[in-house]
Amino acid sequence: MISPAAAYRNLLLFVLPALAVYLVFAVLPLATSIVMSFFQTSGASGDVFVGLANYERLFTHPTISARFWNALLNNMQYFAIHLIVEVPMGLLLAALLTSGKLARSEGIYRTLLFIPATLSVVIVGFVWRLIINPLWGLVGFPLLGTESTALTTISLMSVWQYFGIPMVFLYSALLAVPNELVEAANIDGAGGWTTFWKIKFPLIAPQFGLIAILTYIWTFNGFDLVFALNGSAPGPNYSTDILGTYFYRTFFGSSGQLADLDLGSAVATVIFLTVLLVTAAYFWLIQRRLKSYSV
Amino acid sequence: MSAQDLTISASRRRQDREPWTVERIIVHALLIVFVLLAIGPVLIVIINSLKTTPAIFGGPFDLPTAKTFSLEGYKRVFTRGNFIVNYRNSLVVTVTTIGLTVVLSTLAAFALVEYRVRLASLLGGLFVLGIMLPIRLGTIPLIQMMLAWRLMDTLAALILVYTAMSIPIAVTLMVTYFRTVPTDLKEAARMDGASELRTFWIVLPLVRPGLAAVAALTMLPVWNDLWFPLILAPSRQNQTVTLGVQQFVGQFMNDYPALLAALTLGAVPLVLLFTLFSRQFISGLSKGYSK
Repeated sequence: MISPAAAYRNLLLFVLPALAVYLVFAVLPLATSIVMSFFQTSGASGDVFVGLANYERLFTHPTISARFWNALLNNMQYFAIHLIVEVPMGLLLAALLTSGKLARSEGIYRTLLFIPATLSVVIVGFVWRLIINPLWGLVGFPLLGTESTALTTISLMSVWQYFGIPMVFLYSALLAVPNELVEAANIDGAGGWTTFWKIKFPLIAPQFGLIAILTYIWTFNGFDLVFALNGSAPGPNYSTDILGTYFYRTFFGSSGQLADLDLGSAVATVIFLTVLLVTAAYFWLIQRRLKSYSV
Repeated sequence: MSAQDLTISASRRRQDREPWTVERIIVHALLIVFVLLAIGPVLIVIINSLKTTPAIFGGPFDLPTAKTFSLEGYKRVFTRGNFIVNYRNSLVVTVTTIGLTVVLSTLAAFALVEYRVRLASLLGGLFVLGIMLPIRLGTIPLIQMMLAWRLMDTLAALILVYTAMSIPIAVTLMVTYFRTVPTDLKEAARMDGASELRTFWIVLPLVRPGLAAVAALTMLPVWNDLWFPLILAPSRQNQTVTLGVQQFVGQFMNDYPALLAALTLGAVPLVLLFTLFSRQFISGLSKGYSK
């Protein structure tokens, strides 16, 4: 046996390299960003504590706040479309893959279906832009150039790319369903459809919560696809602006907008809280749910 | 192969000999439709990248014939673009990040499982939290750090940030693999007087599937990222493939053969790598996030 003192020493020695990189390049920048959001750093007199002034500007300045709320609402829509289309699609495909009718072609289907998720958004964006390009004659209507359809179009492109992720989560969960349960149901005369909804579906239900929260985190970190298609001031008329592009524009500047690091830090903090609060609420609810089951 | 894998593959062989029922045909048909939806757009790009401009618009769904076949697009990508440098940069960044992530997270995960003091579960929790941490939101301080350390516009900046970004999920994933290593083996090694580092080496082969899963899971987001190359390494000699394709496509919007060639060159390497390692990737994905 190892003495507690030696255990602590060994633990630190082994963990320290990973912990240091993680703390310095992930945790520290995020924490610094939060601190920066309470300061005015660009002035001549060095860093000045300004309290909530940056947030006041973000939430009340006529153009700054209008763009921010617009980006937030767009982001919610972006998330909702992902959830509504991706999850049923992932469930259907996972159910088909595990239907027991595929034999050895199962792995081939699974790999091919996941291929879009391995592409970079730059490629996804331009492939789809080419396909819906009126020149190729597939769609005669400028889907990306029209305010009312642009965001939905980009969301669906992103869904096309990432439906493989919920599919894989649900697929793995379905594979883990004990065979005996399925066989027992079959002996009782239940067909494939009944077995799926009555036996398998309740067992994989917890996966939906996980998928929803991961989709939430990922879509609220979205940026790449929108930027690749429409740049940092995503049009038409900011109809495809999401929090990621708004954040980028704030600290990086763009045509007609100066770079503002302090406001950018406030934006980053607000996005962080948006993600954190929902994630925390989710885990709090799940934890309680699990506890009430175990009692 | 685990016992479960063996039963699964045995049942798949049995299914191969089953008759073609209506139900089975419907399942295959539905899946084929979705597969076409998934890879059709990619195939259209690859096929058309090998054709002349008039042929691309004349019949976008036709295969190239002797008359319409052309490698002009690829020639122009290589003369006007910067693809050799882009590939080298992406390769350096991705391989180094994977290497660092695998080594650092394996050491950490071994210790988190091995030394069950209170601090261990605390540190483990800190890494799990990192999976949820949107690292991009720390971009402004990261820019300032990289400027202060003279790492701005270097591949090293990307490698450091990507390693930090990959470590939480990698550690969490490796912990699940180390938990399956029997304690007897480690105790036997220690009885023989092996040091802790030596014990680590002895159990390492047992978690090899985990190492592959971590590598596969780290590769995709790093190779495909656009945000950090754009901000931390934007200059021409430091551009990665993703940024290179983005800029090339923006610049040559009307040169369709070159455009499609650039898109193909950007997509093919990862699609091939993924096809080879899809098993590891998929098991990593479902195990890593299922906490």
